[in-house]
Amino acid sequence: MSALSDGQLVARCRTGDDAAWNELVERFSRYVYAISSQAFRLSDHDAEDVFQDVFAKVYEHLPRLRDDEAIRPWLAQLTRRCCIDRLRSGGREQASGDELEPPGVDETLLRLDDALAVHDALNALSEGCREILDRFFARDESYHTIGEALAIPPGTIASRISRCLGKLRDALEGRTPAGAASGRQVTR
Amino acid sequence: MTAYDAERLAELISALPPAPEGWVRAAQQLPRARKALDEIVARARADARFRAALLADLESTLAQAGYEPETALLDAVRTRLSLP
Repeated sequence: MSALSDGQLVARCRTGDDAAWNELVERFSRYVYAISSQAFRLSDHDAEDVFQDVFAKVYEHLPRLRDDEAIRPWLAQLTRRCCIDRLRSGGREQASGDELEPPGVDETLLRLDDALAVHDALNALSEGCREILDRFFARDESYHTIGEALAIPPGTIASRISRCLGKLRDALEGRTPAGAASGRQVTR
Repeated sequence: MTAYDAERLAELISALPPAPEGWVRAAQQLPRARKALDEIVARARADARFRAALLADLESTLAQAGYEPETALLDAVRTRLSLP
């Protein structure tokens, strides 16, 4: 399922395939979470509401998505809109969307688009590399925790990380960049 | 695309930490929750006795009917059926 393109995954979701829906949520959960918590700096409580609201809207409107491959920019725009709605409901009803957005949202979204492309490449690496890089950098786990979880000597972790970063770089430089997702082409 | 040195790769991997597991699970259960909600609403509209039982004790009635009476489902049923 994880090997499916975004478009193929969306098409499967539309047929009511629960496994495809699980994968779609899994594939984009970090992205939606990062937009609300990093770009809009929402509290955990508000970020959770936005998270559920976004996926509820995705589920509801997926059958009407015109281009299945365009789910990323659509999702980014949807999340952005939900965040603004959340900020507006927090007591600043009169403010426009632009006024409600914290400074630097566009720049953060660009960074998250790049991060999503890197995570795509990461998912294409071997499970060993994927696990070690994700645990160390994204989950912020210590060498000790990683060593225990993956049953490898902690003393070898630094060299494995370095080797896997090299593989990741090779993968990224040898492939066509993933399509821009969010802020770049969002019209507000 | 910008060249990827180790530092930049590390920064970009770190930029997407996992969302809390509970949030992900709840979103993944959405199709099942929607289906359950549709079933309950349809039955309540077709069966006056079931609707009356929902009105009297929503949580127990749903549990007896085989549904997990989670807060989100209870709220959704109340809204759809305009229950107090």
